[in-house]
Amino acid sequence: MAKSGKTDTAAPPNRPGLTFHVPEPPFRPGDAVDYSFLDIPPPDRIPRPDETVEARQVHDLAYGLVRVLGDDHEASGSWDPRLDPAMLLRMLRKMALLRAFDDRMFRAQRQGKTSFYLKSTGEEAVAIGAALALDREDMCFPSYRQQGILLARDYPLVRMIDQIYSNRDDPLFGRQLPILYSAREYGFFTLSGNLTTQYPQAVGWAMASAAKGDTRIAATWCGEGSTSEGDFHNALTFAAVYNAPCVFNVVNNQYAISTYPGFAGSERTTFAARAIGYGIPGIRVDGNDILAVWSATRWAADRARLNLGPTLIELFTYRAEAHSTSDDPSVYRSAQERQEWPLGDPITRLKRHCIARGIWDLERQEAMDLEVASEVASAQKEAETHGILGHGLHQPDTTMFQDVFEHMPWHLREQCEQAIRERALKWPERP
Amino acid sequence: MTASMTMTQALNSALAVMMARDDGVMVLGEDVGYFGGVFRVTAGLQEKFGKHRCFDTPITECGIIGAAIGMAAYGLRPVPEIQFADYIYPGLDQIISEAARIRYRSAGDFTCPITIRLPFGGGIFGGQTHSQSPESLFTHISGVKTVVPSNPHDAKGLLIAAIEDNDPVIFMEPKRCYNGPFDGYYDRPAKSWAGHPDAEVDEGYYRVPLGKARIVREGQDLTVLAYGTMVHVTRQVLAEHGIDGELIDLRTLVPLDIETIETSVKKTGRCMIVHEATRTSGFGAELSALVQERCFYHLEAPIERVTGFDTPYPHSLEWSYFPGPIRIGEALARLMRG
Repeated sequence: MAKSGKTDTAAPPNRPGLTFHVPEPPFRPGDAVDYSFLDIPPPDRIPRPDETVEARQVHDLAYGLVRVLGDDHEASGSWDPRLDPAMLLRMLRKMALLRAFDDRMFRAQRQGKTSFYLKSTGEEAVAIGAALALDREDMCFPSYRQQGILLARDYPLVRMIDQIYSNRDDPLFGRQLPILYSAREYGFFTLSGNLTTQYPQAVGWAMASAAKGDTRIAATWCGEGSTSEGDFHNALTFAAVYNAPCVFNVVNNQYAISTYPGFAGSERTTFAARAIGYGIPGIRVDGNDILAVWSATRWAADRARLNLGPTLIELFTYRAEAHSTSDDPSVYRSAQERQEWPLGDPITRLKRHCIARGIWDLERQEAMDLEVASEVASAQKEAETHGILGHGLHQPDTTMFQDVFEHMPWHLREQCEQAIRERALKWPERP
Repeated sequence: MTASMTMTQALNSALAVMMARDDGVMVLGEDVGYFGGVFRVTAGLQEKFGKHRCFDTPITECGIIGAAIGMAAYGLRPVPEIQFADYIYPGLDQIISEAARIRYRSAGDFTCPITIRLPFGGGIFGGQTHSQSPESLFTHISGVKTVVPSNPHDAKGLLIAAIEDNDPVIFMEPKRCYNGPFDGYYDRPAKSWAGHPDAEVDEGYYRVPLGKARIVREGQDLTVLAYGTMVHVTRQVLAEHGIDGELIDLRTLVPLDIETIETSVKKTGRCMIVHEATRTSGFGAELSALVQERCFYHLEAPIERVTGFDTPYPHSLEWSYFPGPIRIGEALARLMRG
């Protein structure tokens, strides 16, 4: 039976017993959803400070919510980046393309064409807004839900699908789980699959860039749940110590698989406020407002380029769909959450803003939706001529042993011969 | 009362039995609470025992294990789950430098009765971060026990014994066998546990002792040392080749049941070791050395090691990586010729 805890001295008899606190999310399946507890300020409640401001003067940015697009779909306030219509429409198109891509790849997984997929639905502004605010040459260390960066940087859709299918044109030889891309030419660091490992790596890249007198900066992303990992804190410590030119992004999409942000500390403070203890600026941003995302990212990037060091940006958003194709959120969250989410949908919001500005209309929106769907469909069709996921049919077994090291040692050569012999026995018709 | 259970259900039953018997047993980990775990092993425990006994944690393996050590120092018996064995590495310092040495460095002043559950192994298209078998990292540490069940009956009895053990236990669950005994043929219909004799599980409390192997099949021709998923794969291959092999399910890697191994190898004169983990410095190397040291003059042929390759676990080529029937069959043929 249970052993009771040892006590060194007898407690006074009138001392109250301690209680053990375990956080509890606001809603569970079947609960009525009411987000009135969230403070959603109008644009410009906290004006945009000059980039050269000292971190300790902007603590309030970590507790506010930077917004540009108001509930009236107008852009206003000092954070409004006043982007030209071409840029707004580019943002809109990239987000629509991303949503179409995610939808199509999700279906491909359900059709058995691949083993796994992970959508970014509802979070399109996070990756695309940031990627468009950074320079093309800046280096990104993303987590697994920022495929939007690749789209924003015009990475070929066919190659993404080749990777998702692990087919014979997969640039990663089928080694990686679908969506764990690598694209050095596009400033996109190889995705790990483990959490927050990229955070200190981004800092190291930024330190190197600074050490070499380069002009490029680094940016990295993780989820709010992943801020619990030690690597998050290691990264912020290093960045603060070395004044690293690095933009940290925490995508607070309200869910770490089934777990709400209370288990990462959100009951007490914001994720942006994590920055304060490290003496760096933290900004909390409406992650479904792509103009706010762009503006905050550009503010942080400008600071980094001015040798003012790192900034932490919390993107407050909502994971509108499942964690991945392996997940069913209906068993742990209320279905009503998505429709009640007070920050809306990033594509709808930008669309309404463009219409309000008179640079867009529903007919063009409809035409664009068809165009991006057909762009994805034709990329998918082309990728499928390179094959869909098969049980090792697409890559020769030698690819399994290459790149473990630069030069293959004797034991891997022996094992490679074994693998080739096994394949000849298993599929004599297809060596 | 017995019931037919999958390994998932048997593990769940073990946790429920122990939580009911001992209010110091606490289950913690990522998504283990309301949701019941990504593999469903902790399903219903929060509802039954309350959120103070079974609760979600922040995503920090280092924090989960460190906090479990502290709870154990207080006198509880925490059972942390690490969602995939592949995620354990940020927690290694807390295991290697801390949990494993607390009894030793405090001369028994403090102890660390924690059981760290790790779903491990490949065959689910998980790629390199959801497929690994890191058991030899733990067997190499002095002061932690390493346990690997292969079937529902043993999984429950071993988990209960691990929770009751006063030392830290790494409890590795072969996730390919959660729902059925995987025989190595991924391209044939999956087998379920239904009707399997080892899936008849007592619904109450029972222990399968740590440190005791099980002879799954007696035989005269050779001895096979295996654990986890590879027990089922090897059993299938022995049957296909019509070889009268003695199949030993090690069940506990540390402390190892050396007596059962030694007796068997001295009887058969031949030994094959099978594991899914990478080959170099894998647990098979330790087994091979022990058999050589203790049974050298009884061996009729060199010891065979059948393992995964020394590469990260690939996604699309995972069945080329997996030590399946062909690799095992070739080793068997070499061993029987020798």
